[in-house]
Amino acid sequence: MTAVLEAPVDDTTRAPALLEVRGLTVEYGRARAVDGIDLDIREGEILGLAGESGCGKTTVANALMQILRPPGRIAGGSIAFRGEDLVGKSDEELRQFRWRNVSMVFQSAMNALNPVMRVGDQFVDAMRAHERIERRRALVQAEELLELVGIDRDRVRAYPHQLSGGMRQRVIIAIALALNPELIILDEPTTALDVVVQREIMQQVEALKRDFGFAVLFITHDVSLLLEFADRIAIMYAGEVVESAPAPNLVAGSQHPYTQGLLQSFPPLTGPLERLTGIPGSPPDLRNPPSGCRFHPRCPHCTRDNAALHLRQTTESPVLREIAPGHSVACHLVEEATR
Amino acid sequence: MSAVAPLEVRGLTKHFARVHAVDDVSFELRPGTVTALVGESGSGKSTVARLLARLHEPTGGAVLFEGDDVARVRRRRAVLRYRSQVQLIFQDPFDSLNPVKTVRHHVARPLRIHKMVPASQVEERVHELLRSVGLVPPHEIAAKYPHELSGGQRQRVALARVLAVEPKVILADEPTSMLDVSIRIGILNLMTRLKEEHGIAFLFVTHDLASARYVADDLLVMYAGQIVERGPIEEVLASPLHPYTRLLLAAVPDPAKRLHADRIQERKGVAGAAVDPPEGCRFVSRCPLAVEICSQVTPQLVEARPRQSARCHVTAPAALIERTP
Repeated sequence: MTAVLEAPVDDTTRAPALLEVRGLTVEYGRARAVDGIDLDIREGEILGLAGESGCGKTTVANALMQILRPPGRIAGGSIAFRGEDLVGKSDEELRQFRWRNVSMVFQSAMNALNPVMRVGDQFVDAMRAHERIERRRALVQAEELLELVGIDRDRVRAYPHQLSGGMRQRVIIAIALALNPELIILDEPTTALDVVVQREIMQQVEALKRDFGFAVLFITHDVSLLLEFADRIAIMYAGEVVESAPAPNLVAGSQHPYTQGLLQSFPPLTGPLERLTGIPGSPPDLRNPPSGCRFHPRCPHCTRDNAALHLRQTTESPVLREIAPGHSVACHLVEEATR
Repeated sequence: MSAVAPLEVRGLTKHFARVHAVDDVSFELRPGTVTALVGESGSGKSTVARLLARLHEPTGGAVLFEGDDVARVRRRRAVLRYRSQVQLIFQDPFDSLNPVKTVRHHVARPLRIHKMVPASQVEERVHELLRSVGLVPPHEIAAKYPHELSGGQRQRVALARVLAVEPKVILADEPTSMLDVSIRIGILNLMTRLKEEHGIAFLFVTHDLASARYVADDLLVMYAGQIVERGPIEEVLASPLHPYTRLLLAAVPDPAKRLHADRIQERKGVAGAAVDPPEGCRFVSRCPLAVEICSQVTPQLVEARPRQSARCHVTAPAALIERTP
């Protein structure tokens, strides 16, 4: 079932949409990893996309870049970048589009560097694949980019093994910036790093974003990180977006029981310690998703107490509806309460 | 709570060539408590766990198991006993499970090797262990292969296998960092239950302070191979002494920091392992409080508050000791 997102009305950010995703559906054989999702990424914003492993968040990123590995394929929907649909473009057109317009930092990207090539040459490679540029000029640019991400210029001559994990991750981010893209997709860029380095990198991304004005699609399982750094957050569950809202709204009052469960899975660093329960059960098998609301088998509010509601929860797929400006939720319970 | 420490570490040191991975580390693990060991990558926290599991030979110092120096234990039977009593679980349980063997095989094997129960009772004990780590129904789980399980379930299998030999100490090296947040809490709750019900002494190696606070009683903070702060976890987190502990705390994501007021300044210097460390504090290049003495004299762990110690000239000066008779 395709979730319908009503026209986003947001008072805080009225920037035009850079990327408009409508009804995006991705299938791996019989499994529908992404099921008709809508997303808008506006110029210069950080959109956070969060959910558990297997919820389809990385698949969304790969679909946007059109680098899905077979048998994965886009089975429906559109991806418009500045109004131009990317689905169905030729390989050459896509090759040009990637990196120049949208670049991506992959999960554990720090292992994506070629171990036998100097850092600088890896910049040169990326740049020369897209534009005519002299090697020497490219290397100068590489030095400048390294400096931007807080790495010494001299490191342009270093091999990856001579850099720490955090530095390699910064190098990758710098390479992603090399062609001055309008959108950068960061897929779990800091998951393998410790908190101090994570914070430094996030602050750097934020500062670079301010200076260069690119937009960021930030994919992570760590909602607490998004609450601090993202402008807007979309929560995915089992291939669908279940809630999307400006980050401050989510801090103040998340509405979907899944979002609430995720937020309550983080033990607090200060204040009283209560026993947490996490979210019981595990995400469903996407080859055979549950009927009705996909979250209902794990939902604490899906009980037989209210027979009519229970019937809807177990048989009817909830629709993403706007409950406050820019804040949409797909949940029968919320719908009943706001009716 | 019993006072006898099943595992005591005194001045533990491990150098890999010029790298001082672990330097003069001392602590004890008490029964029925969780001791969290936190620090960044390269701080030596995993090396400590591996030294305790005897996967590395220490360069110096001693590990005492029920009072006996582990390094001196050479007899095969004694080594086997230590290995069964002090168990290690890893970050990624997928790597430590054999992909072509069932869960039953993994949990039954230690029961057989260490002759924990008569052969006729192995199956029953496997089910009991699976149930105790929340894997139900056990007869169904027992027949599954590792790839059929989720990450959280695999970590539970790893715990069931470890519990099979009824250990006194479990060394858990980042057991939750590969798991989804919603699953993580389940494993942490399980650790709490195991320490309470079985009186197990846990060493919980992690970089996540919030998880550490949730399960642990005591906290050890490592930086560049040394313990820089230690104490009861609530006290340390409420009022940390060492500037590095403060930095770690400030780095934890917090929606309240959205206003960007409390941002960490870009630091100078590098983190990680200490290579040929000179005299002085190892944190000095990153420290906002550093004074002259910090780069000249190596600070010692000083108990600046009851049960809370730090290795810092500024916040835990050694003079404190001299003043008290």
